[in-house]
Parts: sequence; structure tokens; C-alpha cells
Amino acid sequence: MNKELKQHLILALDKQVRYDGRKDKLAYRDIKVKTGISVNAEGSAEVTLGKTRVYAGVKMAIEEPFPDKPDNGMLMVGAELLPLSNPNFESGPPGIWATEIARVVDRGIRESGLIDLPTLCLEPGKKVWAVLIDIVTINDEGNLLDAAALAVYAALQNTVFPKFDGETVEYGVKTDKKLPLNDKKPIAVTVYKVANHFFVDPNTDEEKAYDARLTVVTSDDNTICAMQKGGETPLTQKEVEDMVGIAMDKGKELRKLV
Amino acid sequence: MGKMIANDKDIVVPGENLAEGMDFLPGFGTYRDGDNIVALMVGQLRISGRALKIVPLSGKYVPKKDDLVIGNVTDITFNGWLMDVNSAYHAMLPMKDATSDFITRGADLTKYFKIGDWVATQITNVTSQKLADATMKGPGLKKLTGGRIIYVSPSKVPRIIGRQGSMVSLLKNTTGCRIVVGQNGVVWVDGDPQKEQLAKDAIRLIEQEAHTQGLTEKIQAFLGGSK
Repeated sequence: MNKELKQHLILALDKQVRYDGRKDKLAYRDIKVKTGISVNAEGSAEVTLGKTRVYAGVKMAIEEPFPDKPDNGMLMVGAELLPLSNPNFESGPPGIWATEIARVVDRGIRESGLIDLPTLCLEPGKKVWAVLIDIVTINDEGNLLDAAALAVYAALQNTVFPKFDGETVEYGVKTDKKLPLNDKKPIAVTVYKVANHFFVDPNTDEEKAYDARLTVVTSDDNTICAMQKGGETPLTQKEVEDMVGIAMDKGKELRKLV
Repeated sequence: MGKMIANDKDIVVPGENLAEGMDFLPGFGTYRDGDNIVALMVGQLRISGRALKIVPLSGKYVPKKDDLVIGNVTDITFNGWLMDVNSAYHAMLPMKDATSDFITRGADLTKYFKIGDWVATQITNVTSQKLADATMKGPGLKKLTGGRIIYVSPSKVPRIIGRQGSMVSLLKNTTGCRIVVGQNGVVWVDGDPQKEQLAKDAIRLIEQEAHTQGLTEKIQAFLGGSK
């Protein structure tokens, strides 16, 4: 279906031309990160990536822990692709793409150990803090994944505990106790491949016509925390290595923003 | 004797009384309410003789007879193709208007157009329910292969085309790209990638500055300056 678009895209990439006028295949569009955008959430952030806009919100709740992890706090990530952000998004239960975004973001945070989950335990097996993260897309002009991951990371940095007296949580009253985060600073970068080109931060057209993509979450000390491969074509070992290299370089760039 | 209430080239809002009396005729974007003619949309009022019409400031494309539009094939039916024409309504391209070939019953219609193809077509008829019919029979009507699509505001299309196509020929001549501008706000550009980008930037500039005077000179300077 997108064969012609793909051919045309490759021709443009051969000449280092991106459809939105960027000169570099490995350049992100303008990124803006704004934290504390929501009054009600315990932590929140907005990321604008060109015209792509994503909100992330963090709610803290007291829950009963999972039976297999009785002394760990809970972490849950959900993504909602609002129909207003892209004509192809429908309302209703989350689809494949929403699930993938939520899971890749979740994996990056969980596997990097960003949130110190054991310290969120109040009473083993009975009461733990649950970190509930919601991702909401306001406008989709490509690269929701990186934008969402960045927004979530910024929102977590901004998160404080609400007032809790041992029985009930008093939302609306925020303490100045921050959510315990480690210094890994995980950043997700998705590298896309079409023909023999690697590029980052796709726009809508490029997202329709890529061969393969690899999301790599790297931490401050250049450790890979999580990976996710997408797209229909397989990747060689060399290609994966190159893509991880690009993701690490770009990760450093993005890390300066939050 | 009728009386004009609004003036020519006024910006009017929906519900605004434009004229009184049966001497005037309601055109596009207006309707008759009793003796009055009332505006339906936000836009600039144009009076030509006794007819009143509104040129909308923005909005989605509404199919109009004889418009050249660029459609995207969304479905293949038993007797033709359904196209998305960047509007709230579909356009139907019947087999008999699509090709002069003889097509046998049950033939594979994807030979002509398949789903996802971009097509330059002309609207032949629009029903009262705004269901549009399209044809491929006419000059410049063809399947658009390769190239890229740029969406613009349909209300800015006349400025992109220019007087007797002056603006679009300027774009074509300076960038060397093949360009088709659909009345529905879909523009197809094909050429050298860098020149395509230049054409796109120029089109965006036209869109932005559509209301200003001396637009052609500005675009000429823009295209000349960034060559």
C-alpha cells in the first residue's frame, strides 16, 4: 500500500532530505519538556516534539501488592491514544500500538530500576504505594514512543507523595517528599531503518514506510536497559550494533533536556 | 425594494443578517430566512450583482461540481472506486468514467486503481446529500504515481494556484517539480527531493501570507533567494 511512498522516501533520504525539512537523518525535531502541567496529578509533564504532543501523568495510590511481589511497590503504565490526536485512532480499549507504547515505556523504567520499588512498601503483603502512570497523546505527528518515554521520565522526576496518614490518602495535599529515583536516567531512542538508511524521530509519512525499528533504552552509564524491535524486516547483528550506537549518542542528547 | 445590511468584503459570522428583501439571492455559505439572507459561516462576504456568497476563512472541503480534486482510493466496489477527497463526503469514481477500456464482468479492478492510490479527478456531480461523482475523462486527470502529498487549507487553494495559474506555474518553473493542486486542499509534488522541499516551503509560505498583497513577488523572492 505504501510502496510508492516508500520509494519516494528512500530517494529523498539518499539526498539527506527529510519530509519535514530537516537536514540530518539523525536529528530530532525541536523538543520542549514542561513539567508540572497538571494540578491533580502527583507528577506530570508535557513533551512537544515538533508538532507531536504527549502528556504524562503520575498518580500515587495505596494498593495491595501483587502476591508474587509482596514487599515491592507497584508500577503500572497505560497509554491512551486519543482520537483527536490522529484520525486513525479510535476510542475504546487500547489497541496494539497503545499497548506497545505503554509496555516499552514500562520496561525501560522497570528494568533500569529507576523507581526504587522495595522502598515503596509500607506493610508487606498488605499495603504498598502504587505508581500509576498515564500517557495521553494530544497530537501525533510521528515518534510517539520516544516522546512518551521522555514525558514519563520527566513526570517521574517531578513526582511527590501525597499526604498519607496511614489510613487514607489525602489527595490535593502534596508533601515535599519526592519519589525515590536512582541516577540511571533511562532514555528511549527509537532508530528506524528503511533500505540502507538509519534515521531517528520519524514524521507521519516516514512512520508509514519504514522497514524496521529498534527502540533502545539506555542509561547514563551507557547500559542498555531495554530493547524492542518492530517492523516487518529482520535486522543483522551489524545493523543492531549500529542502531544501538546511534541510540546511545542520541540518548545523551535527550538526557540534557530533563 | 431590498436593502443590503452588510457590505461587500465584510467579515461576517453565522446568523448575521446580510440583506433584506427578495431582490437578493443566497449563494454559497448563505441561506434565506423569510425575507432575509443570513450567513451560515465565518468568512468574507462577496456580492456580485444580486447574488451573495461567503468565502470561508477556513474549513473542510465541500465537493463542488467541476472541481479538480486529488483523491485517495479507499475502497473498490462492484462498479467503481470510492475515494477520500479530504472532505466529510466520499467521491465515487464509476467504472465508465474511469477508463475507456472494456472491462469484463468480475475483472480485477486493481489493475486500474488500487487502494491507497492517489488520483487527480474531476467532480462531475454532487447530490443534495453531498455525495460526489468523479471522472477521469478530462485534461490532466491521471493516476499520480510517485511524488508526495502536501495538505493545505482548501480556502487557500485559489492563492496557491494564482490568477490563471500564475502562482503554480511560477512554482513549477522555478523548482522544476511536477505539481498538481486539487481544489480539496491536497497538493501533489514530484521532482528532485531538495526542490520538492523548496516547493513545499513555498506553498506553506503562500498559505501563511495568503491574505497579503504582492504575494507573487514575495514568493519569487523566496524561491530566487533560496536557490
